[in-house]
Amino acid sequence: MEEADHPHHEEHPSYQRHHFESVDQQFDATNFAMWLFLVTEVMFFGGLFASYLIMRNWYYRPFVEGSHQLSIFWGTANTAVLIVSSFTMAMAVWSAEVRRKGTLLLCLSLTLLLGFVFLGIKGIEWHEKWEKHHVPGIHQYSIAAFLDPASDPEVHKQYPDDQPLPYDLAQKTEQYFFLYFAMTGMHALHMAIGCGILIFMIVRAKAGAYTAGHVTFVENFGLYWHFVDIIWIYLFALLYLISRHG
Amino acid sequence: MSAATIVSLPDQATARIPKMNFITKENGLLSWLLTSDHKRIATLYLISITFFFFIGGALAGLIRLELLTPQTSLMAADTYNKVFSMHGLIMVFFFLVPSVPATIGNFVIPMMVGAKDLALPKINLLSWYLYVLGGLMMLYTMSTGGVDTGWTFTTPLSTHYLNTNVVSAALCVFVAGFSSILTGLNFIVTIHKMRCPGMTWFRLPLFVWSMYAASILMVLGTPVLAITLTLVGLERIFHIGVFDPAFGGDPLLFQHLFWFYSHPAVYIMILPGMAVISEVVSTFSRKRVFGYTAVAFSSVAIAVFAFFVWAHHMFIMGISNYSALIFSLLTMLVAVPSAIKIFNWAFTLYKGSITFETPLLYAFGFMGLFTIGGMTGVFLGSTGTDIHLTETYFIVAHFHFVMVGGMLMAFLAGIHFWWPKWTGRMYPEKISQFAAVVTFIGFNFTFFPQFILGTLGMPRRYAAYPPEFQALNVFSTAGATILGVGYLLPILYLTWSLKYGAIAGNNPWQATGLEWQTQSPPLTENFTEIPIMDHEAYDYEWLERQQEKEVASVG
Repeated sequence: MEEADHPHHEEHPSYQRHHFESVDQQFDATNFAMWLFLVTEVMFFGGLFASYLIMRNWYYRPFVEGSHQLSIFWGTANTAVLIVSSFTMAMAVWSAEVRRKGTLLLCLSLTLLLGFVFLGIKGIEWHEKWEKHHVPGIHQYSIAAFLDPASDPEVHKQYPDDQPLPYDLAQKTEQYFFLYFAMTGMHALHMAIGCGILIFMIVRAKAGAYTAGHVTFVENFGLYWHFVDIIWIYLFALLYLISRHG
Repeated sequence: MSAATIVSLPDQATARIPKMNFITKENGLLSWLLTSDHKRIATLYLISITFFFFIGGALAGLIRLELLTPQTSLMAADTYNKVFSMHGLIMVFFFLVPSVPATIGNFVIPMMVGAKDLALPKINLLSWYLYVLGGLMMLYTMSTGGVDTGWTFTTPLSTHYLNTNVVSAALCVFVAGFSSILTGLNFIVTIHKMRCPGMTWFRLPLFVWSMYAASILMVLGTPVLAITLTLVGLERIFHIGVFDPAFGGDPLLFQHLFWFYSHPAVYIMILPGMAVISEVVSTFSRKRVFGYTAVAFSSVAIAVFAFFVWAHHMFIMGISNYSALIFSLLTMLVAVPSAIKIFNWAFTLYKGSITFETPLLYAFGFMGLFTIGGMTGVFLGSTGTDIHLTETYFIVAHFHFVMVGGMLMAFLAGIHFWWPKWTGRMYPEKISQFAAVVTFIGFNFTFFPQFILGTLGMPRRYAAYPPEFQALNVFSTAGATILGVGYLLPILYLTWSLKYGAIAGNNPWQATGLEWQTQSPPLTENFTEIPIMDHEAYDYEWLERQQEKEVASVG
């Protein structure tokens, strides 16, 4: 058995923490921990999805008409951006494993750039919502576009079959937007945290931290990034594509 | 030979605390505040939760003082609402949830599985800092007016109709929740990935099994509370939301989301207590736990069933009769694994060599009081009786029996049991036995009358009550005073023991378990070499053979 009171640093890599018996155990344990953390994230977002489920079930038409206010173009663009960023992230993990520092830096930087593009597009979308007074609670939420769809020519052209909603249902569109901002906001927060960690990783990668055999951090972050991507795909389907079926 | 005690101490004339241990390894405040040693973090937690326990206890004292008279004599009704809300929030989130896991669990689990530390030591330290941050935010919340929603943040009262510190309180519970999630996550990874060679799942002490089950609940349930409180906060800030009927929301949605965590939360609170009882009952009857597999699986069963019963907190809230029926049925089922454990502990004691040291006294208290509390839960799980008993003092008595008579006694049992390992010193036995008895008597005087008050119809969360209930309330407050003495005594004599207690040696209880094979207090790295587990759990024959071979070390 190992002598833990006389650590032989030449016998195990410098990045092996002393409470682990081997690098394999260390990688195994931290990887498992990241998966478990992602399970907690699923439960966390789950509360939002549960609320969405109930509200959409109760107020289907307001949800449909609320979703028509979103830009399918930007939503699809964001989805493509995130899927590509997951690809670049996977390439980053591969680069770390095969110890190619240059490629690793390129892939991490591309992932970061795409992350910023996503957040930028989100900003554009949210700004548009602010301009049209569709931000719930504050800033005089306006139900005009739902009482009379013709008053919003842009959206009306895309969805000419949308009927005017009765007053009480038109008010429920505010619920839709509350959930829209809560869900995309929570997702954007997770993206922003991911971008912050990516910046940290790029600095560390430059110093050669991940291309000397110790790829755990990059791999585990990759899991996180893919998870955030998957959440967006659900959000895109649930928030943007409500009426697009059949 | 008079076997009045199993305590086996080294010769006190020559015994010394080992010079090198986790406490003496490094000095200075920063070495404690930046530590990655699970034992130091456990110590930090122990100090913090004791601090919050006394704040919560002071609030309880205020509640009982107010309830001495039928009128609102001591404080306005609004203030009373704040007092019981803060009492609940502090006791649940800052005492009961982290009590055994963050102190005893942190300290003992790595040693029990044969590891040098938990899997993620820095995350462990982070969880303590989150706890402290949450606690500071809680103190801020209290000092700026508190919150009066009850610990349950019921909507739309909390989102729409109050102007107290709801957001602040929600935020501090959010932060404390993440502390809990990280602790549970750490335990799960450690138990899966850090067991020493030969330590199969079924050789683990049952403490580990119950802690594992509690950790699963922490990891899966707490995030739902986090998002629910986030939504409550967003609703208050944006004045629109999914919980407020004024905007088309549903208050029942809040209840479902809240209780989806908060029911598993009560099992998060009790399973670690049951973990302690398994160890204590075995050690003080010198017998392996009866039905190891049953106790192990019943812990996991409790964790699984915990997620299926939440709406029994909502029987009168407007759920459908069919919902109520199903949840009532499932609630009856969830009682079964808990009962299995009580039976197994009783069978462990049967024909064992029982000695009545303090940990076992607390364990007896647990077994009796938890059983009463659990059985009154059956009345509450049955919808017909629940309609009359809910929102009365019957509920208050029920959960105090399981949480205080159950969990808090188990916590004290564990603290006394592992105290020699933690500090290297024994606590004074006679006064601690006295304190245990005082606690038991005080507890029964405090909370048993509340069952009667509940059946007579006294509502909970009321500062004023009909005068015919006064006698029982006075009785209850008198009991609370005795209970307070019972809780104060351990603080005094445990602190005393740090300097004057008898030197404990490695294994004063002659207990099985890998932690008792290390020195007291343990080395920072727990083991000089990773042990190989070659015997079953609770193998007292193996222990006897060990003791024949070893020579008691001196310093």
